[in-house]
Parts: sequence; C-alpha cells; structure tokens
Amino acid sequence: MTETMVTTGTTTGSGGSRVLGAVTLLGLATLLLFAFGLTEPDVRLHPTTGEEIGQFDAVRLLYLHVPLAVFTYVAFVLCAVASAGYLVRRTPWFDTMAHAAAEVGTVFCGLVLVTGSIWGRPVWNTWWEWGDVRLMTTLVLFLMFAGYLALRRATVDPRAAALRGAVVALVAVLDLPLVNRSVEWWENRTLHQKSTLGELKIQDLTLFTLMLGFLVFGLVLAWLLLHRFRVGWLEREDAELGVATAIAERRAAIDGGDVDAAVGEDA
Amino acid sequence: MTHLGYLIAGWGIALGTLGLYVVSIIRRGRDLARRVPAERSRWLTSTDDGSRG
Repeated sequence: MTETMVTTGTTTGSGGSRVLGAVTLLGLATLLLFAFGLTEPDVRLHPTTGEEIGQFDAVRLLYLHVPLAVFTYVAFVLCAVASAGYLVRRTPWFDTMAHAAAEVGTVFCGLVLVTGSIWGRPVWNTWWEWGDVRLMTTLVLFLMFAGYLALRRATVDPRAAALRGAVVALVAVLDLPLVNRSVEWWENRTLHQKSTLGELKIQDLTLFTLMLGFLVFGLVLAWLLLHRFRVGWLEREDAELGVATAIAERRAAIDGGDVDAAVGEDA
Repeated sequence: MTHLGYLIAGWGIALGTLGLYVVSIIRRGRDLARRVPAERSRWLTSTDDGSRG
C-alpha cells in the first residue's frame, strides 16, 4: 500500500487576487480622497428667488450608492447567467458561481437600500417611501435573493439546492428590468429622477468621481466574487471528502469484520 | 460640511459591512483551505458531469 502525501493551501488567495486586493484598496483610498476632499458640494441658485438649493454635501453619498446599485445589477445578472448555465450543463462550476454572485449581490443590494435611505433623509426629507416604485422593486429584489440564499441553506441535497436555486434565480432576475426602468415607466410614482448620466447633466470632477466609484466598486465586486467562488468550491470539495472518508471508514470496518462499527453503534 | 452625520453613517455602514464580509470570506477560505488538499483547489478546471452533486 502506498502512502499519498496530502498538501493543502492556506488561503483562497493567489498572486493575482492579492494584486487585485491591493489595487482595490488603493482605489478605495483614492475614491475617499476625491469624494470628501476634492469635489464640491452640490449647491445651485434658484433661478427666480436666488436661494441656494441642491443636495449640498449629501451628494457625496451618491459616489457610493450609485456604483453599488449598478454592480448589484451586474452580480444578479451574472447569477442568472450562471444559473442558466447550470441548468444546461449541470456542472458544479456554474452552480458555485451562481451561489457566489447571489450572495455578493445580496450584500450589495442591502447596502443600496440602506445608503439610499440615508441619502433620502436630508434630500427628500424621508427615510423611506412605500409608494415609490423603485424603492419597492429594489426591496422585492433583495428579498427574493435573500430567499434564494435561505432556500439553498435549507436544502440538504446539494443537487436539489443547485436546481431549485437556479430556478429561483431565473425568476428573481425578472425584477431587474422593473427596477431599472421604473423611473421611466412610472415616473409619477417615484421620487427618483431619471438617469442624469445618460443626459450628461453632471460634469467635470463630479462625473470623474462617479466614474472612479464605478471602477472601484467594480474591483470590489471582482475581488469578492473571486474569493467567494473559491470558498464555495472548497466547501463542495470538503463535503465530498467528508462523504468519501465516511464511506472508506465504513468499508474498512466491514472488511475488518467490525459489524457494529459498519452499521453504526445505535443501529 | 453639511449632513456630516448622514455621510459618516452611509459610508461607515457600507465600508464597515463590506469589511466584515471580506474578513468572513477570508476566514472561511482559510479554514477550508487547511482541510482540502491543494490539488482539489483547481477552481477553473472542472471536468465534473454533475454526478457527484
């Protein structure tokens, strides 16, 4: 009988992911510098009264809130694509990617709701508006993907969890167009304005800082997805090793004539 | 600076939550990586047909 040397890694990190992490941290520091040090508050003069209006310093929350919202979309679309891939190919790679994207996307989506609420208090004079279609469709999106994660956790059989999760993800992602287009389709039922990016209503350093926010939170998403995927992969391998070890021990017990151990002491 | 409390709360909650999430992922990964042999950590090379769940 030959003895196999088993080597293990110590983290889910790799050379590339460490570089990605360092660049992301540097980007975050730069974003904070621009968001709080270099950009001006949003202050305009009312055309008739001459009174100062605008978001004032609350605009600095948008360098965080808007990129988080956009990358919530990206994560959930990725989850849906990977879920469809799983239904077609039935490989663990697709399922692990779908699960990772759903978890990271749910964290992002929760932060979108919280930061939006905190921004809304000084600007709209309300923490939350139940009649606002964008708020409600985003809340529904968050709850559906939280349900996806709960369903996966509650299902013992990994193949059943993957299959049910894939179906739920493909249904939940149908809410995304409603979230995105709600300000156009129900413009009288939302406090949100239409996109100011598409119409180029913001300029110069404000626009640059927002773009930097997109870049930085894109890097954050990439880092989180990479590592969460690797954690999911290791969880799968660990569970499989546990089953294989239990089977090997049971076989060894049977071969050795230890019937009590083979069938379990309580049997 | 106006709305300082809202800015601190918004950025603080977001960066704090992301930081905690990063730490939890690193710790979960570290625990699992110790238990699973390195040759089973080839993330991008799956030839599995799904039969093992």
